[in-house]
Amino acid sequence: MEPTASTGDIAIVAEQDDGQLVRVSLELASKARELADRLKVRVCAFLVGGEGTAAHVAELAAHGVDRVYLAEDRRLRHYETKPYEKLVMRMVRQCQPQIVLFGATAVGRDIAPRIASALRTGLTADCTALEIGEHTIKTTVFKDILLQIRPAWGGNTIATIVSPEHRPQMATVRAGVMKLLVPDRSRKGEVIKLAPELTSDDFIQKVIERVSAAKKVDLTAANIIVSGGSGVGSKANFKLIFELAETLGGSPGASRAAVDFGYVDRDYQVGQTGTTVRPKLYIACGISGAIQHRAGMSEAAKIVAINSDPTAPIFSIAHYGIVGDLTQVIPRLIKAYRTAK
Amino acid sequence: MLKMAVLAKQVPDTKHVVGEVIKPDGTLNRAALTPIFNPEDLHALELALQIKDKVGGHVTVITMGLPSAATLLRDSLARGADAGVLISDRALAGSDTLATSVALAAAVRRLAPVDIVLCGRQAIDGDTAQVGPQTAEKLGWAQVTYVEAIRELSNHKIGVFRRLGRHSEHIEIKVPVLLTVTSDTDTPRPPRVRRLLKYNRARTVFEIRAELTAAKLAGDELERKVKEVAAQLEAAGDLIPVWSIDDLGVQPETVGLAGSPTKVKKCENVILKTGEYKKIEPTDEGTRMLIEELVHDHILG
Repeated sequence: MEPTASTGDIAIVAEQDDGQLVRVSLELASKARELADRLKVRVCAFLVGGEGTAAHVAELAAHGVDRVYLAEDRRLRHYETKPYEKLVMRMVRQCQPQIVLFGATAVGRDIAPRIASALRTGLTADCTALEIGEHTIKTTVFKDILLQIRPAWGGNTIATIVSPEHRPQMATVRAGVMKLLVPDRSRKGEVIKLAPELTSDDFIQKVIERVSAAKKVDLTAANIIVSGGSGVGSKANFKLIFELAETLGGSPGASRAAVDFGYVDRDYQVGQTGTTVRPKLYIACGISGAIQHRAGMSEAAKIVAINSDPTAPIFSIAHYGIVGDLTQVIPRLIKAYRTAK
Repeated sequence: MLKMAVLAKQVPDTKHVVGEVIKPDGTLNRAALTPIFNPEDLHALELALQIKDKVGGHVTVITMGLPSAATLLRDSLARGADAGVLISDRALAGSDTLATSVALAAAVRRLAPVDIVLCGRQAIDGDTAQVGPQTAEKLGWAQVTYVEAIRELSNHKIGVFRRLGRHSEHIEIKVPVLLTVTSDTDTPRPPRVRRLLKYNRARTVFEIRAELTAAKLAGDELERKVKEVAAQLEAAGDLIPVWSIDDLGVQPETVGLAGSPTKVKKCENVILKTGEYKKIEPTDEGTRMLIEELVHDHILG
């Protein structure tokens, strides 16, 4: 790698799961397009998967990707660290990008640190914003480098991290944070096919059983989220959250506390270790608003907080606040909405 | 017999950030955060001890940090670990995940042969989940991340249950392997009283020197006494070894700030807004007005 020269394309590691393109890949493509236009370079996507993975090229291109490095092998339908690492490393060597972005998904967070370690370069986890900027060390000014912005210290701090002296600059990016570009179907991507050249030595893990749950919840795509916290009080009361969400045409969500109390499944969790959401409307019911939770939802366009405790921190970021008993307020909201329709 | 190393970290308790830990200006009062055993690392120790219970083995806990991290090692010994090692060296200060993995991989090599390395998926002060995979890569080992349970065991192979996104996988893999562990494992066993009493005495040389200095010893007398106490503890199996980067054979430029590609450009504390929200009465009238306003603003369809 060229140590400091800001040349080279911007690469994203596109992720497919059992043949489906993972949404964060398109979010990465959209963000990479913006950064690449600023730097006047191409956006490349590294795409590894089973047979038929080439079908995702069009979607990636529509979201801003210029060139796709593609490796297909029927044994690669499901993610496995070693063969995927090997192929992504070959793509990095061939493409020589100045920036590589991964989704901060289970897969992205498995493979990205291995790639960064093998390249002896920096990696910033779970970024929520990316910018191009400069950084000064003593008298050396590093221009056009990647500013990697992420929450730290349990969301109490926002840190800007840079890797000015190493290439490629690498980051994983939290799902649901980067805005999708409006797809441009007229865009076509160039495809560079790599022969996988994998042997049985590359498949070192034997999968005895794999059980795949259908992904029940996609809060990152929801326009309206009705979320419940510990103040909901019981699993039975949590039905009110689902009912209000359904009435408003939204998705139910939950704070960590509600998940820990067993009111609802972990898939619904919003917040630091859950999902970051940016709906048009977020209704927080019985959520005190721990900083980790606020970090996951504070970018909602409108926030309604319902809490019996008027001093709950959630009110500090709310646009509308209702101090009251949610078991009474929620049925009133449902009634009011049905009447308004 | 399987030889295991558990990588563990002492972290500030960021999960229990409550009102009083936030200062009036909205910044974090770090002094109010108590140091704890990183939760997922404790689960990694539990899985190592379960492996030991099933097929026998030897568990060494490795921690890298300030001299005060010896507390974590005493806790580990009381819970059933066979040995603890503290990696502590001023040259390590400011290490990012890459530099940390250089030191940890060197420590695992120093314990060689090791069959299984276990560590928590991530530490709560950084939430990066990078140190485990980066250590595995430097060792040239395979890894299995997000492990929740151990299944079959033999001297050459291990069966684990892990959750990768929406997939639950039962995987068999050859040793040596590094496993990162989530908190969805069994509840970690508590310290045992007898072991607690025994290992309460365990000390590092740092601690011996600090305690003797507090007892007003100085100069040659201090050095002589430090050696004497260390020798006594070692004979009783209660001396916690401290490894410097020289002990690890690690070059100073590969660790610490010098060995860290990532630099912190800026850190901003998140200031709590004393937000001004529109107060809605919890009545039929209040809720009706709210809904009407949201519909009017095209927030609700």
